[in-house]
Amino acid sequence: MADFEIKDLRASVEGRQILKGVSLDVSKGEVHAVMGPNGSGKSTLSHTLMGHPGYTVDGGSVLFKGQNVLELEPDERARLGMFLAFQYPVVVPGISMTNFLRTALNSKRGYDGKDKSKQVTPKEFRSMLKDELEVLHMDDSFLPRYINDGFSGGEKKRAEILQMAMLRPEIAILDETDSGLDIDSIKFVADAVNRMRGPELGILIITHYTRILEFIKPDFVHVLVDGKFVLSGGSEVADRLEKTGYSEWGKEETAQPQEVA
Amino acid sequence: MATVPKVEVGTDYKEKYGFFVPEEYVFKAKRGLNPEIVKEISWMKQEPEWMTNMRLRSLEIFRKKPMPKWGADLSVIDFENIFYYLKASDKQSKTWEELPPDIKATYDRLGVPEAERKFLAGVSAQYESEVVYHSLQEDLTKKGVIFTDTDSALRDHPELFKEYFGTVIPPADNKFSALNTAVWSGGSFIYVPKGVRVDIPLQAYFRINAENMGQFERTLIICDEGSFVHYIEGCTAPIYTTDSLHSAVVEIIVKKNARCRYTTIQNWSTNVFNLVTKRAMAYADATMEWVDGNLGSQITMKYPSVYLMEPGAKGDVLSVAFAGKGQHQDAGGKMIHVAPNTTSTITSKSISKGGGRTSYRGHIKIYPGANNCKSFVKCDALLLDDESRSDTYPYNDVDAENVTLGHEATVSKVSDEQLFYLMSRGIPRGEAETMIVNGFIEPFTKELPLEYAVELNRLIQLEMEGSVG
Ligand SMILES: Nc1ncnc2c1ncn2[C@@H]1O[C@H](COP(=O)(O)OP(=O)(O)OP(=O)(O)O)[C@@H](O)[C@H]1O
Ligand SMILES: [Mg+2]
Repeated sequence: MADFEIKDLRASVEGRQILKGVSLDVSKGEVHAVMGPNGSGKSTLSHTLMGHPGYTVDGGSVLFKGQNVLELEPDERARLGMFLAFQYPVVVPGISMTNFLRTALNSKRGYDGKDKSKQVTPKEFRSMLKDELEVLHMDDSFLPRYINDGFSGGEKKRAEILQMAMLRPEIAILDETDSGLDIDSIKFVADAVNRMRGPELGILIITHYTRILEFIKPDFVHVLVDGKFVLSGGSEVADRLEKTGYSEWGKEETAQPQEVA
Repeated sequence: MATVPKVEVGTDYKEKYGFFVPEEYVFKAKRGLNPEIVKEISWMKQEPEWMTNMRLRSLEIFRKKPMPKWGADLSVIDFENIFYYLKASDKQSKTWEELPPDIKATYDRLGVPEAERKFLAGVSAQYESEVVYHSLQEDLTKKGVIFTDTDSALRDHPELFKEYFGTVIPPADNKFSALNTAVWSGGSFIYVPKGVRVDIPLQAYFRINAENMGQFERTLIICDEGSFVHYIEGCTAPIYTTDSLHSAVVEIIVKKNARCRYTTIQNWSTNVFNLVTKRAMAYADATMEWVDGNLGSQITMKYPSVYLMEPGAKGDVLSVAFAGKGQHQDAGGKMIHVAPNTTSTITSKSISKGGGRTSYRGHIKIYPGANNCKSFVKCDALLLDDESRSDTYPYNDVDAENVTLGHEATVSKVSDEQLFYLMSRGIPRGEAETMIVNGFIEPFTKELPLEYAVELNRLIQLEMEGSVG
């Protein structure tokens, strides 16, 4: 049994079915890449997994630590060990990054304002932050700024990975974290992710490009077309897509799940 | 808005300063409003004749003036059933046990110290902060600053008092300023001499007694040329009172090149009608800043105003209102551009929850000949649910040329995207909502001394949890 099992997941947005039966097993220690054309449902998958209220689950299940996470609130999923690095991180005015990171970390540790022993100490917090900022080549001038407010596209993406590094999830979904990053930044982000990589972390990387996969080598690559996986295999799948694109799955009717030897 | 140097009010200030004035005279409280009661109040305070006459004249005006027809419904106020003057000891009839449980719970949650709670709840007449009022007074006296309660000011500084009292807000201004002038008691009086900068905020809170917290406070601040003062009124903890009417008047004169900031954080218990007239006159190159936070009360009507009297004068209003169940916060600001080359900004932030209602009511007037003025108004309303309501009533009268007038208004709900983002990091829904609300009022909070900012955030948290009555 895999640590994180997506079974026949169907989901719709605004009454339109987008995910048409997605199944995927992710175990800790593994890196899975998901590729697919624009609009194929990749972000719908990531949002549905995290519990975005705008996405309706029409069927299927997602099992993690013995629970169907589809029945949980987003914050409960996060505290269970899930993390989503957003394709489009959200601006929240008036709340500093520091306050946000500290509150998130405290929540993750089950601190509810009462049991002080669960609270992150200022010293621990500072030293964690310092390390991660260094790896991501981020300046601490980000910390007093409001959440994602006025951050450049690339800064937002790095800030997502900073959050991941602070929260140490067990299942992380990175939705196009590499899009909009310059060549150096891709490396910094990859370094930060590789530092976390290990037997305690399963990763789902959604991407359009093979470059990031050169730095974060995936164990599996899956191709999502029109709300379904049409192909799964090893890293050679990514190379094949690089050459031929998605033309062979031009229409849903012709899309057949295939295994690559 | 320029920032005022931050001080650790909670520590530095309390340790150094603070005081109270014992009340010694005897007075038998009566309900109702008539010339006899007004004369008695004046006699009790041993006031000069001009003040007695002014009170009586004001009572006449109050009688004749109609109730304001706009804004909130005030018809339920029964003027004959109110004590217009209470000696501090008469107010202590309540016991701790009689207090509504929600008020007690809030003190608990806020961690308000015992002595302070009793004072705020009207159980004791004075809040004796551990600090020494006299050291503050010494510092101020050396600089020639007067900081006292308004009754003492009339006694001890009669000329200064008479020169300015009632000049910014004459009794005939509105029904409630007339009422206040007839029966006023307590409040603060501040005089800052030419060129003097008072670098710690002066706070009524630490020298407050029941009388100052009374229903009809009267505050008068005079900033002489080139001076600066920051005055802080109120506190974030809820103030419990069985009196249903609070009607204060605040008059401020900011002379050439001077700057005055007046910060209010008020949180009356939810039975109170809070009808306050606040106005400042700003002269050449002077700056007046109103920072006004309104929580609690049943109805609040409050529109701090600045009369920009001479070129270069600048007026700012920054206000926050929070209306919960059964509450109506009708607040805003007025900027009266009398002279050319004057500027003003009004920033209003309101939050409505549980069927609460907030209104922004603003007036920008630019007189003929007051050319080259600039005014900018921004009001943002946040609605926390579908039952709550927010309206804006902006009025502009422009009779001058080359005027720049800006107005921006937004009404929004807590955004699902923001909420999802915070929750996706493990932050529970309620806490995430509170963070978003505190983020929304951050432009206001960041103007407050640190301790007030922290307390305000905690109070918003309690309001959000619905544990505040
Ligand atoms: N909130 C929404 N309202 C309406 N349609 C939506 C919404 N969210 C997604 N969709 C639609 O669902 C489909 C899948 O979108 P999704 O964002 O999952 O694609 P994607 O695979 O992530 O694409 P990209 O590679 O461009 O990020 C698209 O047709 C999109 O327009
Ligand atoms: Mg996407």
